[in-house]
This record gives sequence, structure tokens and C-alpha cells, in this order.
Amino acid sequence: MNQRSRLSMAFIQIFIASLLVALLGRLFYLQVAAGPTYRDAALNIQSRDVVTPATRGLIVDSSGVPLALNKVGLAITVDRTIIDRQEDKGEAVLRTLSNLLGLKYVDVLQRTRLCGELPVGSRAGCWTGSRFQPIPITKEADPNIALEIVEKPETYPGISALPIAIRNYPGISGVNAAHLLGYVGPLTDIDLSGVNGRSYFRSEAIGKAGLEIKYDEFLRGTPGIKTVIVDRKEAVTSTRQDTKPTPGNHLVTSIDIRLQSSAEAALEDAVRRARAAGFPSDGAAAVVMDVRNGEVLALASHPTFDPNAFEKGLTVKQARDLFSERTGVPALNRALQGLYAPASTFKAVSLVAANDAGYDLSARYDCPALVEVGTRVFNNFQKKAQGILSMKEAMAISCDTIWYQIAFDEWLRDGGLRPKSNANDYFFRAAERFQVGVKTGIDLPSEASGRLADRTWKKAWHDENKDFFCNYKTRASAAQQTPFLIQLAEENCADGDKIRAGDAVNFSIGQGDTVITPLKLAQMYAAIANGGTIWQPTVAKAVISNSGKVLKKVEPKKLGTIGVDPKTLSFLRETLREVVVSGTSAGVFAGFPIDTSGKTGTAEVFGRNPDGSLKADSAWYAAYAPAIKPRYVVVVIVSQGGFGGSTSGVAVRKIFETIYGVKGRTIDPAAALFPQGTPPVKLPKISAATRPAGSGA
Amino acid sequence: MTPVKYRTTYRNPYRNPYRRHKRESVIAGFDPVLTVAVGALLIIGTLLVYAATRDWYASNGLDPEYYLKRHVINILIGLLLAWGTTVIDYRLLRAYTPFLWGAAVLGLIFVLIPGVGSEVNGAKAWIPLPGGFQIQPAEIAKISIIVGMSMLLSERSHDSDEPKRNDVLRALAIAAIPMGLILLQPDMGTVLIISASVVAILAVSGAPTKWVAGLIILAVAGGTVATQSGVISEYQIKRLQSFVDPNADSQGAGYQLRQARIAVGSGGLFGTGLFDGPQTNGRFVPEQQTDFIFTVAGEQLGFVGSGLIILLYLIILMRAFGIARRASDQYGQMVCTGVIAWFAFQTFENIGMTLGLMPMTGVPLPFMSYGGSSMFATLIGFGLLQNVHARHRG
Repeated sequence: MNQRSRLSMAFIQIFIASLLVALLGRLFYLQVAAGPTYRDAALNIQSRDVVTPATRGLIVDSSGVPLALNKVGLAITVDRTIIDRQEDKGEAVLRTLSNLLGLKYVDVLQRTRLCGELPVGSRAGCWTGSRFQPIPITKEADPNIALEIVEKPETYPGISALPIAIRNYPGISGVNAAHLLGYVGPLTDIDLSGVNGRSYFRSEAIGKAGLEIKYDEFLRGTPGIKTVIVDRKEAVTSTRQDTKPTPGNHLVTSIDIRLQSSAEAALEDAVRRARAAGFPSDGAAAVVMDVRNGEVLALASHPTFDPNAFEKGLTVKQARDLFSERTGVPALNRALQGLYAPASTFKAVSLVAANDAGYDLSARYDCPALVEVGTRVFNNFQKKAQGILSMKEAMAISCDTIWYQIAFDEWLRDGGLRPKSNANDYFFRAAERFQVGVKTGIDLPSEASGRLADRTWKKAWHDENKDFFCNYKTRASAAQQTPFLIQLAEENCADGDKIRAGDAVNFSIGQGDTVITPLKLAQMYAAIANGGTIWQPTVAKAVISNSGKVLKKVEPKKLGTIGVDPKTLSFLRETLREVVVSGTSAGVFAGFPIDTSGKTGTAEVFGRNPDGSLKADSAWYAAYAPAIKPRYVVVVIVSQGGFGGSTSGVAVRKIFETIYGVKGRTIDPAAALFPQGTPPVKLPKISAATRPAGSGA
Repeated sequence: MTPVKYRTTYRNPYRNPYRRHKRESVIAGFDPVLTVAVGALLIIGTLLVYAATRDWYASNGLDPEYYLKRHVINILIGLLLAWGTTVIDYRLLRAYTPFLWGAAVLGLIFVLIPGVGSEVNGAKAWIPLPGGFQIQPAEIAKISIIVGMSMLLSERSHDSDEPKRNDVLRALAIAAIPMGLILLQPDMGTVLIISASVVAILAVSGAPTKWVAGLIILAVAGGTVATQSGVISEYQIKRLQSFVDPNADSQGAGYQLRQARIAVGSGGLFGTGLFDGPQTNGRFVPEQQTDFIFTVAGEQLGFVGSGLIILLYLIILMRAFGIARRASDQYGQMVCTGVIAWFAFQTFENIGMTLGLMPMTGVPLPFMSYGGSSMFATLIGFGLLQNVHARHRG
């Protein structure tokens, strides 16, 4: 063995020894230094959480009648992890399945696509959950269809049928209440990321709208978790821990199911009547509230949708139609998301403003056919001169020109186009006290705040848009280049940041840029009716546990007062009574056995409908009853529904008929909603079997 | 001369280096440390093969001892082969070597014929035999290359202390032909192991340093070109890529590497206990009775147990260096070194892959992995070491 060989061997020996020492070092790192990390990773791989969803709590009306409950449905589910591995990506089996279910293939396909897989704009009806959970095509399958799938697994690879608990809106008394209740659906990745500070399991359902989302944390309960250890084939080898699901708590609302149903029917009827009279009537809303505490007794929006459709499985068309302009955006809850000019219903605020400004409410005022404000002419309603009127008479017949004159005078007094720094702004201040432009704070999601078009707003609006108005000829589209619009743009460019005479005048009769929701108007009229208190509207009354324990009570909350002295307020209530006695709604309420007060409103709407026609007026009616010691406020609007009295006033009367059990011109006390005269205060016992009183149960 | 100095260079002049040792039993004359260490690995390996397959097979309604039985049979056959290798004087092996080499080359050509070689994990490396057995000619090739090269490099026509260019080239040709065929399968892992043996044999042959250095450079360059030019199949590139980023291919090769690492890591210091690893019993690591057998050790025996296994390999290899040094001639020395390099690199590749130090190459763990050909070959290699030991100088 020569020297080089010896050296080589020594070198090889050292090299090999170091290789093995390196292995030992790496082994030490993996097992001892980083061992805990890998142990966690191993546990992650081996353990599966089998989630047993909790039974969702019921949503009941004020007497315990269920609005939302659970039932057992048959779900037909598609496992994407299986069908994606099929040669045709599952097309064949999905086609067979759609034939079996009597659905269109495109609908079934869409339902199994993750929303993220689809381009924006064609996501309607997509699956918001994950690829790794069974995707339900329907949750209410016919038992025979389910049997077919269970019996022929080779024909339906990746498809399963199994019974599951589903949310059900039973529609007792013919109620829909879709906007109020909302619906439930699969969790999205955003829900799962814990943005709201709560953690969920993939397979759970979550409230998606309305009360279902607002009170989800109470309704959902806690799912049962069984952690099982599985092998690579997902066969269970052992069970680690087991927690039983805790059912969700029940939500008692102040809704009365019969009244809700009646309000929905009244809206339906009002829309039908208005359409028969030639108005487009693209939407409507009704709100019924207890003036003494803000409890909402009914809240309806038209058009509506079937809240059970989500569990049945939406078709692409159904999903698209929910948000389509053509179908009137049924998903929109117009009672708290629809924004409309309050029109003449706003004169109640103007009366308060006039009183603040020192106008004598017992004096008589001229109601001419038109008033010239600067260079513009402002017409009275239907261009009719009504002569010299008392304030009460003017309110009853809804004279506009009186308000033009007062508002114009006040505008001039405040400095006109060069406003004083200490302008009185009686009209704006009065609207502020009614909290116009502020959300009512109802316990339902996505409320719109409305807008109080005062000086601050005008300035902000101008800052945002002056670039457009001042360069109108280059910025606006060809269709917008009409002489009128060009002139309007020039005016807006020049002094659009100021309240102009026209703005002030429009404001006084609830036209112009000020918009409110029907719910806001109900809150305002409730304040007039109850002596000045602005209540926060509430739908929920309490959360009750399964054992009947009251976990949370929703107490009425005062948000403020309108700050009107009793004398003025009582005068205002007299004028609102006069509207029904001799004014614009006298015909509608003729012979009505309960004394009610109210105000019509017919809002002019600027713009055109999708079909190119000019928008029709929107019909308001805001009322409360009884006229003395009021209890219920009812507001109805039919968007593009024509006249306030004839369209919406009738709907309000129908709602009052239901409340008081009015049959024609007489009261049937047995038919009244609340035999004791007031909505129930005591919380009901929760049972899915409860049915409304007087339904023969 | 002082007695001390005399003793250090003492050679028994009456000792016939070619004579067979007298032995009372078949294992007399075996290196006891090497024998015990290999025996320990065989026993641990058998337990691990059983642990890797028992639960899964039982839970799938199959014979839980299916692999255990076959593994024990493989070991017994392998031990018989090892004994056979030991009792034949290694110098006589020279006579058989050309036939062994020829058989290996023929086998390697045979597996490449479409429809004959069975493809496992993307490589055509196996000749299927009746009864579900398979034979891997590459394993025979390893032995024939080691013995053949050592033979050529020690039998020199000239009277020099070191092999000349022609000797080196002839020796390299012996290695290059089967290696080229293995590369076509393609089985990079085995080619790497043989390369290590070739370089090691050449280094201890006393061949000029330029040859050794040149070969190392060639191996590195060859590996680079192979990956770039597509000689390596897509399947192998995928394995290499997944080594760089184990999360890249989460269901393929990367998945295996990640699962392997998690299995080993979750074992901790003392492991989950033999037969009791959820990661193993759940079969999350594929091929865990063959290429990934070390994950079973990692999970179930922990750092203590799997560290012991590495120590056993270290003992075997270091002991083998002792045998190589004491070999009676250069031929024995080169055979030993070739076997050492083979064992060392195969062990390092296999465990290194399991621990995420090496890319994924489908080589079995010597003495432990389930699989006949590999078990036979490694035990024959063990036999070669014992053979050289039995005939060492003094």
C-alpha cells in the first residue's frame, strides 16, 4: 500500500464518518430541536374534526309563532375532490345528475363552481364555500331521487345523498318576511379568516342577511366536534375527543306574523292597483312600529324573494334576478335601504321650522298657484290656487306654495347666496332634530343613512363634482348635452356650493337632494305621535336559551327628542288629524271606525326608467293611530306608485284594519290582533308548534 | 533492532496467506463487531418492516405477516449468499467475476427491452420472476463492478506500485458499461452509489491523483448536464425540485418527502413506541417498508433508536476500514473500499432523503429495507468484507 493509497483511504474514511455524523446532526435537529413542530404537523395530518352542526335557534314572532325553524332535508352533494379527478372533470356525472334532478346542466355546474374560479360578473349562484367540502346541489331532494343516488354509486361517482338539518321559513299565515329574516348559507373564506373575531368550521352554515346574520352568534349555537385519527385513506383509526353540539338560542322578535303578512299583502295590493292605474311601481315598503318604544311589528319590502330558495338551491337565473334591475332588485330591503325624497310628509318638519322661525301657526296664509323664486317659477301641486288658508287647512290639502314663500323669506333672511355666518337655518335645524340623514340604528344589517341636504352637504357635494360641472361639455356624454342640463351644469359650477333659493324652497316640501328611508320616516312620525321621543327601532325583543332562560333582553333605546314644545306638537298632531278628516286622505279613510292621523306625500322623481320613460311620482303615506294617545305608526311607500293617498293610503288603512280588527265600518274586537289592546310584553314560550291566535288552532 | 520495532513489522514466515482458516463453525473467523452490528440492523430492520406493514395489512383484511415472512426469507437467503461469499476465497472470486459482470450487463439490457422489464416508480429496473418476486440486475452490477475493477487494478502487467493509464481505462470501462445501462432505466441513485465506489476504488488503487480528481469533476459535470439536457426523466427532475421545495408538489414527490420528514420529526426523543406510530400506521408515508423504512424508525423509536441505527452503520463502516487496512493484498483492500463506499453512500442517500438532506432517489437502506435484490446484494457485500477479514495479514 503506497503512501497515496493510505492517504486516500484516510481521506475517504474521514469523509464517510462526517457524512454519518451529518445524518446524526440532522436527525437531532428534526426530532429533538424541531420535534414539537413536527408533532403538531403530524397531528394535523392525522386528525380530522368531524363537525356536527348545532341546531340553529328559532326566530319567533312576539307571540311565539315561528318565523324560522329547522327541518330535515335530503341533500344531494357533489364532492369536487372526486369529480375533478374524473377524466372529463365530472361533466358526465353532473349531466346525469342534472337530468335526474330535472335541472339544467349549467345550473348544476354553476352551483359546484367555487366563486373564485369564475370571472367577476358571472358568479351568480356560485359556491361560496370550499372545494374540500361536499357541495349541496339541493337540500330538499325528493326521497326517490336520493334513493336512486344511494343505490347506484357507480352511476353517480362523487355524488352523495344524505339527510341534513336545513333552515326553513315555514311561511305561517302566508308570511314571507324574507328581507326581515334573511337566510343562511355556507361560510366564505372571509368568514373563516376570523375577521369578525369568531372562529367557525368549514361545514357550518352562517346567517347571510337580515336577522339571521345580525343575531347569528346567538342563533348558531356551538357545533359538536369529534376529533378522529384517520389514516391516508381517511379510514378512522381512533377517536380523540368528543363534544356534543349545543343548540342555538331562540330569538323572540316584536314582529306579529299576522300583521307582517297583512302588510305584505297590502303592499302587493298597492303595487297591483298602482300598476293598473298605469304607474310602473318598481318597489314598495311598509313599516309598522310601536310609537312608545320603537318595536317593529312589521317590516316589508316589495318585490321580495323566497327565503327557502337558498336551501333548495338557486338556479343561475334566480341568483341573478335577486340583484337584477329588471326584476326590481328583490334582494334590496327597501324599508331600510330604499332612499326616497320624503315629499309632503316632510311638511311636519317644515311646520316645526316655521314655528321656530316665529311664524304664527294660527294665522292664515295665501296658497297661490305659483310662486316666483328669482327667475324660476315654483308651482303649487297641480298648479291650483287654493286661496287664503289656515295652517291646518294648508296642511290638510298639502299646499306647497305657502312653504315656498316661508322658505324663500327665511333663505333671504339668512343671507341668500351670501349666507350669514350665523344663519338661522330653521329648516335644516328642525330636520336635524328629527335626525334626518342619520341611521335609525335598527337591528338589521345594511341600513342606509339617508341624506340631509344642508349647507355642509352642499359644499361637500360641490367639491366632489365641480370638476365635472365646470368642464361639462367635455366630460358629459352626448345624451347629457341638452340645453337644460348644460345650463344646470353652468349654474352648479358657478354657485353649486351654496344653498340657492331653489334648494331652500325644495327642502321645505321634502323635494330635492334630501332623501330618507321609509323606516326613518316611521321613526320621525313615531316621535310626533309619542310626544317627541326618537326611539331606536328594534326587531329583536329577547334571546332565550333552550331551557327558557332569557339570555339577552333588547331594551328600547331613546336616541333623542325632536325638541318641540307640547303646544306646537299638539298643533302639529291636529293638522295631521285634519289631513284624514278633510284633507288628502279623507276619501281613503272615510268611515274608518278608528281615528287616525297621517300625511300623504307624492314625491317627484328626477330621471328615467330603464325603458326610457320618465320616472313616475312615488307615493308616501305616513300615519299613526289612534289619533289621541297614539300607539302604532305605519309608513308605506310605493316607488313610482302615483298619488300618496290613493296608492299608499289604502295600504295603510288595510294595515290598520288588521291591527284593530276592522271589518268595513265596524270593529270586530275578536278579530283584533291584540285582544288586550297592546302588543304582548311577556315573552312567549318557544315551541316550533306555536300557531297564531285566531287561526283555529 | 529493538524487540518493539521488530514486533511491529513482524510477519509470520510460515503463514500461508492462501490457506483457508481452520474454523469450528461457519462464523468462526468472522469479525465479531461487524457481525453483531449487521445482525442488529437485520433484527431492527425486520421489526420495522413488520411495524410498517402489520396494521395496514390487517385493517385491509390482508395477512399482517405477509411482508414479515418474505423479509425473513430474504434475510435467510441473503445470509446464505453471504456465507457462500465468505467461504470462497475472495481471490477465487476473480474467476467468477467475468461471468457475474456479464450476467449483470445482460440483465441490465434485458430490463430495457420494452415489455420485459417492469416499471416501478418510473424506472425500468426490475425483471419480474414467477411468484411475485422481482430481481434487480443493477444490484448484481454493483458487486461485479467492485470486484471487477479491483481485479483489473491489482493485476498489473508491469512492475509498478501504481496502476498506469491503461489499467485505469480498462477498469473504468468495466464500470462505465453497466452504469450507462442503469442510467437508461433511469436510476440516478444507483449510478451515484456506483460512482462513489468507482472513485473510492481508484483512489486507494494508488492511481494518479489526476484520475481521481478528473473522475470527481466528471461525475459533478455529468450530473449537471444530465439534469439540464433531459437525460434525467421528468419524474426525476420533479423529485429533485421537490427536494428543494417540499411543498411545491404536494401530492407527488414533495408530498412523500414532507410526510417522511413529519414522521421522523414527530418521533421526538424516544419515539411513539414500536408498532405504535400513527403516522406510520396511517400509511401517510408511501414505500415505508422499502425506501422509507427509516421513517418508521424515526417515528416509533425516536432519536434514541434511530440515532442508534446510524451509529451501527458508523460502526460497520469504520470496522470495514479496519478490515481494508489489514487486508493481505491490494485487491482485498480495493474490494473493501468499494463495498464501504457503496454502503456509505447508499445509507447516506437513503437516510439523507428521509431527513430532507438529499434529493429523492429510490435507493433502499442497506440491511433494513424490504426487498430481495437489495438485501441479497448488501449481504453479499457484507460477505466480501468478512472474506477479506478472514484472510487479513496476521
